[in-house]
Amino acid sequence: MAPKPPITAALVGRTVAAWVVTLVIFFPLGWLVLTSFKTELQAIAVPPLLFFKPTLANFAEVQQRSDYLLYATNSVITSVISTLLGLAIAFPAAYSMAFFRSKRTRDVLMWMLSTKMMPAVGALVPIYVLAQTAGLLDSRLSLIVVFTLSNLPIMVWMLYSSLKDIPNEILEAARMDGASLWQEFRRVLLPLGIGGLFSTGLLCLVLAWNEAFWSLNLTSAKAGTLATMIASYSSPEGLFWAKLSCASFMAIAPIVVFGWFSQRQLVQGLTFGAVK
Amino acid sequence: MAFLELQGVEKYFGELQAIKGIDLTIEKGEFVVFVGPSGCGKSTLLRMIAGLETVDVGSVWLDGRDITKLPSSKRDLAMVFQSYALYPHMSVYDNMSFALMLAKTDPAAIREKVERAAKILNLTPYLQRTPKELSGGQRQRVAIGRAIVRSPKVFLFDEPLSNLDAALRGQTRVEIAKLHRELNATTIYVTHDQVEAMTLAHRVVVLRDGQIEQVGTPLELYYRPNNQFVAQFIGTPQMNMVAGPDMAQFEGGLTMPVPSGGYLGLRPESLTLGAPGTGQVQARVDLVEALGAETLVYVTTARGTQLVARQNNIRTLPHVGDAVGLQIDSAAAHLFDSHGRVVAPAMR
Repeated sequence: MAPKPPITAALVGRTVAAWVVTLVIFFPLGWLVLTSFKTELQAIAVPPLLFFKPTLANFAEVQQRSDYLLYATNSVITSVISTLLGLAIAFPAAYSMAFFRSKRTRDVLMWMLSTKMMPAVGALVPIYVLAQTAGLLDSRLSLIVVFTLSNLPIMVWMLYSSLKDIPNEILEAARMDGASLWQEFRRVLLPLGIGGLFSTGLLCLVLAWNEAFWSLNLTSAKAGTLATMIASYSSPEGLFWAKLSCASFMAIAPIVVFGWFSQRQLVQGLTFGAVK
Repeated sequence: MAFLELQGVEKYFGELQAIKGIDLTIEKGEFVVFVGPSGCGKSTLLRMIAGLETVDVGSVWLDGRDITKLPSSKRDLAMVFQSYALYPHMSVYDNMSFALMLAKTDPAAIREKVERAAKILNLTPYLQRTPKELSGGQRQRVAIGRAIVRSPKVFLFDEPLSNLDAALRGQTRVEIAKLHRELNATTIYVTHDQVEAMTLAHRVVVLRDGQIEQVGTPLELYYRPNNQFVAQFIGTPQMNMVAGPDMAQFEGGLTMPVPSGGYLGLRPESLTLGAPGTGQVQARVDLVEALGAETLVYVTTARGTQLVARQNNIRTLPHVGDAVGLQIDSAAAHLFDSHGRVVAPAMR
């Protein structure tokens, strides 16, 4: 074991600063979780209560009032399908850009990314009208299409940067060895690119899960996702802090748990190319 | 018909014509080396044969079949890449058996072939390792093993030794030559190193700017170069070139004159050092490289022409600044015209 470094003022300072930053970032989330176990009265108590007798009443009420399972199902379906669909479209695009580069490849990538620079609200009216004309308002299909399209640039970029780390000669070697395009993909490209594929999928799953703007504008009772369920708790009837917190907690819990178990892949994917 | 034949092959990269019409025939079992300076198109030409680059004009024939438009996977060629290009996620065994597995060879036959190749290449203890657990030389041998288990029609080597250190390079070169003798497989080998070209090849193809300058056996190229480029590219140190006003004193001993504006080419070994005042040309010593069996002496003539002389087994080394006389072996002189084309090859 390496000897412990001596404790210096700088080390103490850095440690304290790291803890402060971590707590500041974590605090709203922690408070939200605490509040979801409070009664409405406890939730608005002044001074705020840190210790209290927890209740599960909010959870029951959220499920009763807004059919949590329906929203959760919508979230799962829209985020999973849009992610899979996006990967199926983005992977071939990234493959051709990474291995069959032309002098315009860079421009195409920049152009794709530039579409993310426009605020979503700029496209609200046309997309709303399109969805309405197609009779797709308040349908999962409209969300899947919008999520897929809005995540595509990020997917192509991430997959591109992970694929371009794979030397082209390895794929050429597979071709010389007699591999068909499918065998080349299945036996060489997929095993080497699985990390990038996985982390891209994970990030886009999280993005689609947390997406609120389009879900709020394109759906209501039938196809709404968990994000719209949360929003329904800040209603004209007034703010119900405990129930709002509880709904938020229930909305983010699945994806947090999922993310927790796969954070290693996520970090690996986000730092692609940065360490090489 | 030849085993492998290129007919008027051309390649364009955008506006740039990388390969400018190449005709070449290669016989079965031949070891052919493409050599030339970097950017001459030798790797591009090899990749066109492999099917990794498209052929824009002309055709490629292998064993009586037109393979110009055939994808790499259907050409039955094996290639050893400069970077080895091993599959990093597979064991050595899987790397070597990959092509056979894709070809749906019987598993017992695969095992036998891989084990035999591993034995030839001293890879048996490493079959279960992944490429990253191997040294550079071992990786190189896996890359070669991957090619030989398939018994392809032609082996293609793309600068396979350039990532190895000098000692290993020499050793692997000998192994490749030995392997070729044992397998007697048709081989095309690309290199920029003329020593590899000279030692390995039956025939050497010297390329420059996408064109063939000369095709011949290593010794033909050395003793009868077609032009100034080949003369200077083959041989270390380079052939001495004499031009301009200095010609008069060199011409003394020659049987025929050098064309006006032309060049006189002299291999370093056709110059013999003597005492000042002897020989045809007087010069002064700039640098002496004593390599043991031979000594390279760099001299400058009174008119400023720089020459290298290779001397075998001399006991007393000349010193820098010494005046020396040079004896020219005029029978070994090469004469080139003003365009660098050979006028009279050396008589021996």
